Amino acid sequence: MEKTLDLKFNYTEKKDTRSGFGDGFLEAGRRNPNVVGLCADLIGSLKMGAFQKEFPERFFQTGIAEANMMGIAAGMTINGKIPFTGTFANFSTGRVYDQIRQSIAYSGKNVKICASHAGLTLGEDGATHQILEDVGMMKMLPHMTVINPCDYNQTKAATIAIADYEGPVYLRFGRPSWPIFTDPAQKFEIGKAWKMIEGTDVTIFATGHLVWEAVVAEAMLRSEGISAEVINIHTIKPLDQEAILDSVAKTGCAVTAEEHQYNGGLGDSVAQTLARHNPAPVEYVGVNDSFGESGTPTQLLDKYGLDAANIVAAAKKVLARK
Amino acid sequence: MEKKSIEQLEQIASQVRRDCLRMVHAVQSGHPGASLGCTEFFTALYFDQLNHDPNFNMEGKGEDLFFLSNGHISPVWYSVLSRSGYFSPEEMNTFRKLNSRLQGHPATEEGLPGIRIASGSLGQGLSVAIGAAQAKKIDGDKSTVYVLMGDGEQEEGQIWEAAMYAAHWKVDNLIATIDLNRQQIDGATKDIMNLIDLRAKYESFGWEVNDIFQGNDMKSVVEGLEKAKGLSRQGKPVLNLLHTEMGFGVDFMVGTHKWHGIAPSDEQLAEALGQLPETLGDY
Ligand SMILES: Cc1ncc(C[n+]2csc(CCOP(=O)(O)OP(=O)(O)O)c2C)c(N)n1
Ligand SMILES: [Mg+2]
Repeated sequence: MEKTLDLKFNYTEKKDTRSGFGDGFLEAGRRNPNVVGLCADLIGSLKMGAFQKEFPERFFQTGIAEANMMGIAAGMTINGKIPFTGTFANFSTGRVYDQIRQSIAYSGKNVKICASHAGLTLGEDGATHQILEDVGMMKMLPHMTVINPCDYNQTKAATIAIADYEGPVYLRFGRPSWPIFTDPAQKFEIGKAWKMIEGTDVTIFATGHLVWEAVVAEAMLRSEGISAEVINIHTIKPLDQEAILDSVAKTGCAVTAEEHQYNGGLGDSVAQTLARHNPAPVEYVGVNDSFGESGTPTQLLDKYGLDAANIVAAAKKVLARK
Repeated sequence: MEKKSIEQLEQIASQVRRDCLRMVHAVQSGHPGASLGCTEFFTALYFDQLNHDPNFNMEGKGEDLFFLSNGHISPVWYSVLSRSGYFSPEEMNTFRKLNSRLQGHPATEEGLPGIRIASGSLGQGLSVAIGAAQAKKIDGDKSTVYVLMGDGEQEEGQIWEAAMYAAHWKVDNLIATIDLNRQQIDGATKDIMNLIDLRAKYESFGWEVNDIFQGNDMKSVVEGLEKAKGLSRQGKPVLNLLHTEMGFGVDFMVGTHKWHGIAPSDEQLAEALGQLPETLGDY
């Protein structure tokens, strides 16, 4: 279907966002000698191997011990190091919530929590590994910045940017091969939403992999005479409220799209902003209070209602509520 | 159930290995390495040791219970469960596919018979098994609770919280086993995080430790598990150190972490199956 559509963004290559992280991490290490890495027996999965090879004295294998890894990372910041921790998103958040809360967030430590295999699209490993609650957990923590980039290039740029930012960050990315449709030379501005496509009837706020689905949905809606604005919310916290309010002041309604539970995700952040400043109808595209399961990424996005077709349906629904 | 000979158990094990490889190959994902390494253990457990009822009920009162803490080796568990009658071997065709009860990591959500708790996130199964064993004690139920863990998994702190607790509470109706294959995802355990001497560690925590040195020899495994039973109910939790080789049974897979979590190609599958006689009929 993508082929017959007149898309505003295109791609020639697909790659996993975790590779964007791995390449960005290496680059951050080259630029700043204070950048250090830690990983809990998932160096290959996190693509941290190139950094480990180039900077073995700045890289620490912790074994399968995520709680310990978070504590060690917090300790390293005290001497001015900038630790990047690497494990799957589930084991980067729920597994170690109190360690992050006390030793990193509450203590204001400059740790970069880098989390791969987020959402449903890791596929066949199933629900034990498919966390859909991590954004909620992390954004609830005071001081924490939460970033969910959309493709390889944006993930690489975000990884480099967080090394220069002082404070705890949760960086979320994924496993599947995904269209690369953003500029390789982009400058990543933490907390600044990116209006990718202008429109007038409805705003689609999307994050992570679903930004691509939003790009596809925009073209589908346009072919039916509906003008959608697409805004890439790569930083869920701090949220760019001004961008959200400006857009909805024009369009009057919103759809949010994310690979996460309704509860606690981007949708809730957008809805909270609108409820407080400009009540307008919102529809969520996300997972509605259920765990995931084994399957291919495409099957799962379809079954759990997270693809472009579902964004289109949500847009029509919210338009009818205007 | 009539007692099976070592030869009969070995024949079942050959089929179990075929099942593991065929499942992982069909969906090109999953964890063959330690599934193959633990095949003797699972076969001995389900076809010789456990007092269990394939007509599954969650509570398992009066039955021995088994928990898999290193949930990624689900293929070998699914194979013995189906081959011992918990569900049709046909269902192995659905492994890791959409809408399957055979999830990538064992789950209760879809109601697969034989599974009593989800696992996959490492380090949690020992605590659960201890709880189940204590619940049996409260009820005066004389059955035994078994749990299998990985050796890399021993790096998780929760394991040691549980180890301390089990000895303190004298949970002696518990037989834990560590798959000592000396491998984990990123490499050999001694290079990733040196476990040094697990026997000394567990003994110092107050456990009875039983080495099963030939974890891929059926006779040794059966005898080792028999011995562990004898050590149980003496006031201490029991730990088997099951010395295995990851990928055992297939010459090009054996003894390396490389097969921890990747699937064989078509050619590799054919070659592997050539080394493993089909004894019970492929599903
Ligand atoms: C809490 C947690 N952290 C990380 C992982 C990812 N992981 C899956 S298996 C594995 C290695 C386990 O090593 P071991 O227990 O020795 O099992 P083996 O590789 O021998 O099968 C890791 C790190 C996980 N499943 N759970
Ligand atoms: Mg191991």
